[in-house]
Amino acid sequence: MAEPARARPKPTPETQHFWDGTRANELRLQRCDGCAHVYFPPRPFCPACASRKVSVFKATGKATLYSYVIHHRPVPGFTPPYAIAVVELDEGPRMMSNIVDCPQTPEALELDMKLEVAFEKLDDNITLPLFRPAKG
Amino acid sequence: MRRNPVAVVGAAETTELGVIPNVSQIQLHADAALNAIADAGLKLSDIDGFATAVETPQQIAHYLGITPTWVDGTSVGGCSFMLHVRHAAAAIEAGLCKTVLITHAESGKSNIGRTPRMIGPDSLNGQFELPYGVSTPASTFPIPVLRYMKTHGITHEQIAMVAVVQREWAAKNPRATMKTPITVEDVLNSRMIAYPFRILQCCLVTDGGGALILTSADRARDFPKRPVYILGTGESVETPMVSQMQTFDSSRAFRVAGPLAFREAGISHKDVDHLMIYDAFAHLPLYGLGDLGFMPHEETGQFIADGNTRPGGKLPLNTNGGGLSYMHSGMYGMYALQESVRQMRGIAPAQVPGAKISVCHGVGGMFAASGTIIFTNER
Repeated sequence: MAEPARARPKPTPETQHFWDGTRANELRLQRCDGCAHVYFPPRPFCPACASRKVSVFKATGKATLYSYVIHHRPVPGFTPPYAIAVVELDEGPRMMSNIVDCPQTPEALELDMKLEVAFEKLDDNITLPLFRPAKG
Repeated sequence: MRRNPVAVVGAAETTELGVIPNVSQIQLHADAALNAIADAGLKLSDIDGFATAVETPQQIAHYLGITPTWVDGTSVGGCSFMLHVRHAAAAIEAGLCKTVLITHAESGKSNIGRTPRMIGPDSLNGQFELPYGVSTPASTFPIPVLRYMKTHGITHEQIAMVAVVQREWAAKNPRATMKTPITVEDVLNSRMIAYPFRILQCCLVTDGGGALILTSADRARDFPKRPVYILGTGESVETPMVSQMQTFDSSRAFRVAGPLAFREAGISHKDVDHLMIYDAFAHLPLYGLGDLGFMPHEETGQFIADGNTRPGGKLPLNTNGGGLSYMHSGMYGMYALQESVRQMRGIAPAQVPGAKISVCHGVGGMFAASGTIIFTNER
């Protein structure tokens, strides 16, 4: 029997470009053509100025650790204790993620530490953006 | 101060609180409603306005056998009942109805007839939070707290004191679930749930319910119990995704709802005799004290650690024991409102002597929503 897997996202028409991006190992954000606001999660209009003229672009994948918990209870697809983190992307938006290649301890997980995106393929359709300590 | 047109004339919790395996969720609604009806000396047929959350208004109204001309099914999490009070006050003032019943019940522990809450894999939460291992509120609600602590210089010991002080209040309350005194060391040595929070910093999981009855202040004098007037109200929502809050060192929903209520009431913070801040987890009273404007966030931890909110302190806070020690069925806002009403009636188990103004502040979801009600027992 297969191990229980983590919850799998199901794209919608408005978020498909994001998941197409992660499948190609790109972290894609959106920027308003009018006011230049960069935002997440995906939607086909600018939540700052309501313009429908927005563009998708490839983010740097650089981020810092904004906050987190280290969860000690069992969840399908995870081995406790594991950190549930919120990272702040260099482009401004924040997103939830997990921190990999790093001990899941308060000592190792320092707020504001530099991170970079790491892609984890779940299946042919879904690749998740995770983050690891930045190299160098 | 505002001369307020609406009052609470009936208030009651379910007959039992805690573990109630022999009563379904819908019947807990009815039990609370019947107790509130009796408290107000009314008949069910007197009710012409009805509000509830999670369940639809039609489900509970039909179960009770009432025919409302005004309904509100606002369901924004545990503070939904604060929003119901606000909306009901406006509806009564506008003449849409005369006597409003608000019910809450949840079989949170025993899970009998409980309405399932599902997050679809194609919702925004399902796509951008669920895959990262979030499950219970304990896995998400504390996510902002490390940032709050770093920004404002708050210590683990100070947040542990929230639980210690609320246990002191609970010890005075015969209906509280947890009454045994605890120390900061007990809190910091209790079982880790989601670092930095341990089990004694997480709310209880219990069964129960509560109901309120509101009518115009002019009619309120004819009721058997001392009327409790609604002096000011506020509400807001921010985001269902904790990761998308504007900032983690404050709650936007709190910052909008709280000051709205203070402005409407026309009072200042020094006028407040009694305070309830929905404490699903131990950091919420700190956010509340700061965002409602009682003090800068930097001072909230030391304010609690210094004993200002404990029995005999200058700002009695969460005097029923709170979600940490009194009870928490899942949507605690109703119980915070019940304690404010008891304090204003002068009948609380840990009564604040001479209290005239009570502020009751609620949260919904993980900082997703907020509602603030300011009560007074003087017209």
